[in-house]
Amino acid sequence: MSQQAANGVPHRGKVLTLDSMNPNVKRVEYAVRGPIVQRAVQIEKELKEGVKKPFTEVIKANIGDAHAMGQKPITFLRQVLALCSYPELLEDNKFPEDAKQRAQRILDACGGHSIGAYSASQGIECIRQDVARYIEKRDGGIPSNPDNIYLSTGASDAIVTMLKLLVRGEGRDRTGVMISIPQYPLYSAAVADLGAVQVSYYLDEDKCWSLDVTEVRRALNEARQHCNPRVLCIINPGNPTGQVQSRQCIEDVIKFAKEEHLFLMADEVYQDNVYAEGCKFHSFKKVLFEMGPEYSSTLEMASFHSTSKCYMGECGFRGGYMEVINMDPEVKAQLTKLVSVRLCPPVPGQALLDLVVNPPLPDEPSYTTFMKERSAVLAALAEKARLTEQIFNTVPGITCNPVQGAMYTFPRITLPQKAIDKAKEEGTVPDMLYCMRLLEEEGICLVPGSGFGQREGTFHFRMTILPPTEKLKVVLEKISHFHQRFTKEFS
Amino acid sequence: MSDDPRSSNGTFATEMLFELKDVSATESPLDQDHGGPEPDQFSTVSAKPIGVRKPFKEVINVSMGDLHTSGLKPLSFVRQVLAACLYPQLVNSSRLPVDVRQRAQRLLGECVGGSIGSYTATAGIPEVVQRISEFITRRDGGVPSSPDNIYISPGSQWCLMNMLKVLVNSESSPRTGVLTPVPSHCTTTSSIVGLGGVIVPYYLTEENGWQLQVEELQRALDSAKGICNPVALYIINPGNPSGQVQSRKSMQEVIQFVRENRLFLLADEVYQDLVYGEHSEFISYKRVLAEMGPPHADTVELASFHSASKGFIGECGLRGGYVELVNLDPAVMKHIHTLFSTDSCAPVLGQMALDLMVNPPQPGDPSYPLDDMEREHIRKTLVHNVKRVSEVLNSLPGFCCQPVEGGAFAFPRLFLPPKAIQKAKEMGMQPDTFYCVRLLEEAGVLILPGCEYGQKEDTHHVRFCILNPQETMEEVLRRISCFHTQFMREVS
Repeated sequence: MSQQAANGVPHRGKVLTLDSMNPNVKRVEYAVRGPIVQRAVQIEKELKEGVKKPFTEVIKANIGDAHAMGQKPITFLRQVLALCSYPELLEDNKFPEDAKQRAQRILDACGGHSIGAYSASQGIECIRQDVARYIEKRDGGIPSNPDNIYLSTGASDAIVTMLKLLVRGEGRDRTGVMISIPQYPLYSAAVADLGAVQVSYYLDEDKCWSLDVTEVRRALNEARQHCNPRVLCIINPGNPTGQVQSRQCIEDVIKFAKEEHLFLMADEVYQDNVYAEGCKFHSFKKVLFEMGPEYSSTLEMASFHSTSKCYMGECGFRGGYMEVINMDPEVKAQLTKLVSVRLCPPVPGQALLDLVVNPPLPDEPSYTTFMKERSAVLAALAEKARLTEQIFNTVPGITCNPVQGAMYTFPRITLPQKAIDKAKEEGTVPDMLYCMRLLEEEGICLVPGSGFGQREGTFHFRMTILPPTEKLKVVLEKISHFHQRFTKEFS
Repeated sequence: MSDDPRSSNGTFATEMLFELKDVSATESPLDQDHGGPEPDQFSTVSAKPIGVRKPFKEVINVSMGDLHTSGLKPLSFVRQVLAACLYPQLVNSSRLPVDVRQRAQRLLGECVGGSIGSYTATAGIPEVVQRISEFITRRDGGVPSSPDNIYISPGSQWCLMNMLKVLVNSESSPRTGVLTPVPSHCTTTSSIVGLGGVIVPYYLTEENGWQLQVEELQRALDSAKGICNPVALYIINPGNPSGQVQSRKSMQEVIQFVRENRLFLLADEVYQDLVYGEHSEFISYKRVLAEMGPPHADTVELASFHSASKGFIGECGLRGGYVELVNLDPAVMKHIHTLFSTDSCAPVLGQMALDLMVNPPQPGDPSYPLDDMEREHIRKTLVHNVKRVSEVLNSLPGFCCQPVEGGAFAFPRLFLPPKAIQKAKEMGMQPDTFYCVRLLEEAGVLILPGCEYGQKEDTHHVRFCILNPQETMEEVLRRISCFHTQFMREVS
């Protein structure tokens, strides 16, 4: 029976086919949940069914999901949310007073006092106010207007919305979006989906993945020949690279964006995840305003944050926000309309965000436990970052830049020519071949560097530093041994 | 038709608005008086209830289909399970019924790392998706459903948007068209236009209880010739705002129509649990399709949408909805999967709300008596509200309300005298907007004008939510009656 007949209908009978579907959607890829992850899920199924493998579990070090790797939720956050969900618990004396007060305040701001009610599309007003206050405190008093805050379904939702607003034009006038390579593949996926033009600029691996404005300028000038670059995206701390940009670098980027009339998108979801000595998170907004009115009153920018990372790791809540700076009021009105199509962001995510920006104060009952839990998470991450760099750098053929921040390592791997040839034979790319083998042999799921972008002829993989320390040590060892085996096999 | 919207003044959303206005401004055959959303006025008003201090103590906002905002309570079972999932210490608390604790424990066991803070698989927690497919089969009298064809998103409109992204080719010439009903809620039409698609409106027949006539579908399709390339038909059953429930016969005609005309069927069924009409019954498009047998059952490409926002559970704020895809090309399904994967996953609480919605407590479960009582209370309230709306409005000269057979809203017709229309014109407003503004300012009731949903030229309507506690519904009807009588006197 032909393939066509097996589907029940001749192929040309379908309304929605590869030919008739939106061609932009065909170009969308998202490596973090791509083919290697699908194979990992399949292997997990096989293990469950009792298939014998050289390992008993698949370690999913592909995705920045802390709880999946055993990190515990922060008690205070979950107490407040449970109280919000089932307010009868407000009478339960097992819950601390500060948790109850936060819950009551949030419920009072919800329609019908329920987290199940729609909120305003831009997000619950008092939460936006709290976010603005948090930003002001973080940035040394620089004012933040709650009307410029848009709560969203994770930072990703806000990033895509912003890009939607910015992308337009035809042919040579089509919007170019500058993305750092390596990048978090949501950006390239959104650019493909919107039919915009991706303008790649390379981070400098030899300088710890720092951003070099001359490279950005090179990319910009080249891009101007075939598109209209209007947006510059930067992730700080970086994903997958883990670099924390220096203050000087941030100033250079701001100057550059102003000179070249670019809209700056600053993805800062890892802002609490800074580990390396001498590194500090500088918010783009803070630096912008400290550079004076010449910049702070003209540069158009959006900053993004999330409840999925940092010390909370609450990916499943889909909480986040963006702050827009110096946006034309008419454009802002359109942005407000655009977010209404999403109806509203998940209210539990909004509530969670409110707690993140309003944590227990030193004189409150939950403070001690909260700080203890928070510090423990961040300290563990810092230790794991250090350990990862240390161990990988002992392996010949693996070079690992310091994991200054975020949750990942992106080491460079040297692959023998024979492996490169084998990959070509199999119709795949060398780092995918490498990662697939690692998955099949050791049950460790990483994402090949090709999913994030890298300089031609170089290979990498992205691994999260999230497994518990003891497990991480085992993972690092296994990868090290695998690398040596693989190199030997293909030499 | 207008120029490509992307060539205008700089922002996507401006072009979106431009496009909508343009549709009603040009001479094209598609230009029935579709109206279109009133700029800003009502979207900002409905976003923030206004504290207008007048001869009323507070504004009653019945503009949104939101059970909880209206004052009806969340279901206890649902909230207890979610609380225990949020704070797993509660799984051991004797404060919660045994079945609640067991349910929470099971759900937590299905989350990666035992936490609702983890991402889930793209389509949703696999066991939850499995249980949704089992629910669909139960609901549809045994018609098989595969979990591989189900995707959970932050709300049904999000799933719909993803499907529209796949269907609408913004760069094609002619542009992609989607048949949508008039009246229709604006989120869907905004999404279509925002993606560069073209709305092909088909008019529901008000005099016939807002039922769909298939001849009208044909007329709509014919009117699109030379204007756009229609690829899909969007239908919402039970209707929003119109409140009709489709008969099986009508659904078969629609299925026949989409097959003959090679259209993808988008069936929005989020109000399936809200059916009031004595002779009305919700049947899913999937079931009707399956029961029609081949060739239709094997060929018609269908996407059905459901949600945890409506129905008795009413959890709009948790953002949980799903789409079930039927008869799609496997190669296209791969790309659909990738597209959904870029969203990471739906909020876990939203996913769980869906699960709890399709698997409520059963007789014999400790939570059953309370859950059943709460649901019955809501059901009785809504049936009563619908009856009262009809009684009150249909006794007021100048109002005519078709039976609300299902859904969350009443969409009565307003017969406004020429003086009212003139006054509205002077204020630069649509007549029904003018009515709603006056109602808000003088009676403190927030409802929305029919022009935001589309209506036949020179007809006027208003939409308000009926998912209210009885006292609220009575008060709303009282205030509307009072205002209406005064207003009509003024403009006679």
